[in-house]
Amino acid sequence: MAWRDSRRSRHRLFLFMSAIVLGIAALVAINSFSHNLARSIDDQARELLGSDLSLSASKPVSSTLLNKVGSERSTEISFASMVLFPRTGGVRLAQVKGLEGGFPYYGVWESEPANAPDLFRQGMTKGQRIALVDDALLIQFGAKPGDSVRVGNLSFLVVGRVLKTPGQSAVATTVAPTVFIPALLLPQTGLLQKGSRVSYRFHYRFPDTTNVERLVKRFEPVLDKQGINYDTVAERKRQTGRAFEDLGEFLNLVAFVALLLGCVGVASAVHLYAKEKIASVAILRCLGTSGWQAFLIYLIQTSLMGLFGAILGSALGSLVQLVLPDVFGSFLPVTVDTSLSWVAIGQGVGTGLLVAVLFALLPLLSIRTVSPLLTLRAGYDESADQSGRDPLRWGVYILILLFIFGFSFLQTMSWKTALGFTVGLLVAFGILTGMGQLLMWAVKRFFPVSWSFVWRQSLASLYRPNNQTLILIISIGLGAFLISTLYLTQNLLLSRVAFSANGGEGSVRPNMVLFDIQNEQKNGVLQLVKQHNLPVVQSVPVVTMRLADINGRSVEAIRQDTASKIPESALTREYRVTYRDSLIDSEKLMTGKAPSLQDGIPHISVEKDYFARLKLKLGDTLTFNVQGAPIQTIVSGTRQIDWNRVQTNFLVLFPAGVLEQAPQFHVLMTRVADNKQSAAFQRDLVRLYPNVSAIDLGLILKTVDELLDKVSFVIRFMALFCIFTGLLVLGSSVVISRYQRIKESVLLRTLGASRRQILNITAIEYLFLGVLAALSGILLSVFGSWALAYFVFESPFRPDVVPLLLIILIISVLTTLIGLLNSRDVVVRPPLEVLRAEG
Amino acid sequence: MSILRVDNLTKSYQSGGQTLTVLHSVSFALEAGDTFSIVGPSGSGKTTLLGLCAGLDRATSGSVYLNGVQLDNLSEDQRAAVRNQYVGFIFQNFQLLPTLTALENVMVPMELSGLGRQNGRSIEQTARELLERVGLGKRGHHYPTQLSGGEQQRVSLARAFANRPKILFADEPTGNLDTDTSATVVDLLFELNREAGTTLVLVTHDLDLAARTQRVIRIKGGHATGDTNTIARLSD
Repeated sequence: MAWRDSRRSRHRLFLFMSAIVLGIAALVAINSFSHNLARSIDDQARELLGSDLSLSASKPVSSTLLNKVGSERSTEISFASMVLFPRTGGVRLAQVKGLEGGFPYYGVWESEPANAPDLFRQGMTKGQRIALVDDALLIQFGAKPGDSVRVGNLSFLVVGRVLKTPGQSAVATTVAPTVFIPALLLPQTGLLQKGSRVSYRFHYRFPDTTNVERLVKRFEPVLDKQGINYDTVAERKRQTGRAFEDLGEFLNLVAFVALLLGCVGVASAVHLYAKEKIASVAILRCLGTSGWQAFLIYLIQTSLMGLFGAILGSALGSLVQLVLPDVFGSFLPVTVDTSLSWVAIGQGVGTGLLVAVLFALLPLLSIRTVSPLLTLRAGYDESADQSGRDPLRWGVYILILLFIFGFSFLQTMSWKTALGFTVGLLVAFGILTGMGQLLMWAVKRFFPVSWSFVWRQSLASLYRPNNQTLILIISIGLGAFLISTLYLTQNLLLSRVAFSANGGEGSVRPNMVLFDIQNEQKNGVLQLVKQHNLPVVQSVPVVTMRLADINGRSVEAIRQDTASKIPESALTREYRVTYRDSLIDSEKLMTGKAPSLQDGIPHISVEKDYFARLKLKLGDTLTFNVQGAPIQTIVSGTRQIDWNRVQTNFLVLFPAGVLEQAPQFHVLMTRVADNKQSAAFQRDLVRLYPNVSAIDLGLILKTVDELLDKVSFVIRFMALFCIFTGLLVLGSSVVISRYQRIKESVLLRTLGASRRQILNITAIEYLFLGVLAALSGILLSVFGSWALAYFVFESPFRPDVVPLLLIILIISVLTTLIGLLNSRDVVVRPPLEVLRAEG
Repeated sequence: MSILRVDNLTKSYQSGGQTLTVLHSVSFALEAGDTFSIVGPSGSGKTTLLGLCAGLDRATSGSVYLNGVQLDNLSEDQRAAVRNQYVGFIFQNFQLLPTLTALENVMVPMELSGLGRQNGRSIEQTARELLERVGLGKRGHHYPTQLSGGEQQRVSLARAFANRPKILFADEPTGNLDTDTSATVVDLLFELNREAGTTLVLVTHDLDLAARTQRVIRIKGGHATGDTNTIARLSD
């Protein structure tokens, strides 16, 4: 019966289900991609690390220990330094890596020319001054292989452009582009001085028979004691996998939102379908069919169509995943081979069928209660809507909620996140539903009776029976919400950096930071700054130290105390501290007093949040290990720091008169007017003081922008699924309401309305819907972004209105076009049909 | 000049690869103010004939002249304009717009014609007077679902006369009404028709109703089997 009954409406039923196709496609695409990625990470695990074991430390490691661990090894010494391309005059802070040995042992450097790594290795052993440079850096300064690059006191010939380093993604090189030089020549650069922050890495290769994990376990106590970290292939695999699992989970949730949108569309379409079928159901009831049998007829129909939709979505998703490696390209440390993932396809089909049935159940339940009396008296009991009292309906609501929670839990494996997602989704749906209902109420309440017929007829369509206002405001609104939230958040982050870089009006905010200035270089650098007519906004000494004990209890003891709530990182980190007796304008005294020296004991000031994290109270004693010398202090005040300002901000502030003789370096802040001045100054700086590093905030801004662009592209790609689903829901709901529209339009044509009047009515109605749906979504997103700015970033929120208006315009035009396209045959039907339909 | 002239009207459809002719060479002419019925069994072609006369569909061959305008050569929009200017309609199922109140439904034809006023009165005023005339002066703000069948048909009557049409087409106007309500609606229809001097074309199964018109055409199997102007002969 289900099959026979569906004969005349199969194409329409399928149209309802097409709303879930894109959601399923997105899910299957992301899941297939995740599976393929996991497989590729497995296959290329060794290439991720480039070796079997990697040790890293922040100070040199004794060769005795290194030899004990293994014999075949490479050394990598890295630090940040200014590099200069003399031909183009380009200068910037880059990562310098001094290499020695055959690293990478697994995987290859992709370079231009392809043999550049071989040339580099050959030259490295002979002590030739040659370098490999990351592509991003060469592009930035218009340099090319054959040019020279100056690092410290030495110039190197660039023998190749590095396109990809094993285990490193393209994004990583955007953030910190690298210059590779022979480690042998590092001492001659003059950059390895006392106080320089240098990382040492040692890459090992072992015979295949070696159990690396067991080997590491054996050395673990020694490594730990010397502060040496280790990384094995298995560990790197876990880390890489986990990083992408997080991204995959997030994108899966976005895809899930698209699917849920589609489901709302399904529920709405099935609702109209069930209403149309009431007459048939009443006849079936008259002929002796039970309510449940009638219900099953239509449940089977919708389930079958849900299954078709899910299968189609899975097929589409399997195709979409082919382009995902390109979308994610710059984030991936491995090359992903795409192949069909049957697990993802199976999950997609199952999920699709389940959600289609769950959401179709809601409207279909009412079929059980259709009265056979309807065959005799049309309109019977239509007013008595008892659906709210149906306990099964509430059961379905609970099932849907459980499903959403369960799905998000399976994606994130965190019940808190799953609950947050479910509640967040409910709130977004709730607000958009509320907006839709408010709109319908407002149109009805303040109906513009004096407007022309065409306008009034369009507006009346917004709240007439079987209207599409709610469903479109929810689906298109949610799509607009996602797109505009992404846009606003990206701009929020950028404006935060830009605000720091540009500063407020009238103030001299620094936009360039010079650090690693040694004591003896301080005056020279100051002079150079003045020669370039640059202001010295701030110049502070910095002393590095570690925490030794809190109130006489050693850091080791606190770390071993499982009841201690002090975070590990606070106990083990390196503190960079300055000394002065007063607070500066970016600081505000919260409790106690400013730092002072009393009876030879330094009274220090701690940043207020950090003070809370260390569970301190005023009067507590902290002992610091200042490069071998213990200094006991008393905590006598807390400060609030404006972290948004480009300042050297310190968690711990010492008074003057204690640290002056301790080994220290200086940080100097200045403000450059433009790129030209910045480049000229940096060129002189790197020539005279090659070890001093300069950070140009303009460059940071550009880097952050590039990074956010890449991230938001990925997310926008997924948000498009939501938008397209919204448009599909729009299309299907227009088609389903076509019957009603034909009746109305034909009647109007019978009464003498022209084709233009009919089209105007449709266009205005959809324009209203599009504008209001987009506006609702954007309002919601402006509110969300404001909350984010206010509560999380604590920065001013000034959204740019023009792009938001553009989003509204695009969505409105699309909505109107779809409305008109789907309604086009309404105007070409001959008016006589209305008489026939009724006669 | 006849208000409606039909010459050799034929209408055929393609159905299942075959040509199905539902109306065969029907001809007649009506003078202004005539009342006229089209009667016949279900599926005989009555509604098809009415639709062609009102310019709702195109004939396969033959011509329709409405107030001297030949409809066959006009585009759909031009025919819509003719309908708006000269024609009023009453349907079996009332066909009121569910989203508009009774008053607004009556205003629709006047608004579609783009007229701000009619005979110095505002559209709304005219619509109110028409509703008064059909006895629904106090129900103007009600939506169709809030009205009974008889009331809806009376709103439909008011709407039909809104543009002061020259000819009124009524398709089974009492088909969905009970006997008492039918009588009231029919009386009102004839009264309004007489007052306005409109030509009335009525499609009906109801021979008693048909008997109230001056002329009757009988359709059977798409053929006009009789055109009579005497009520006595109708019942033969």
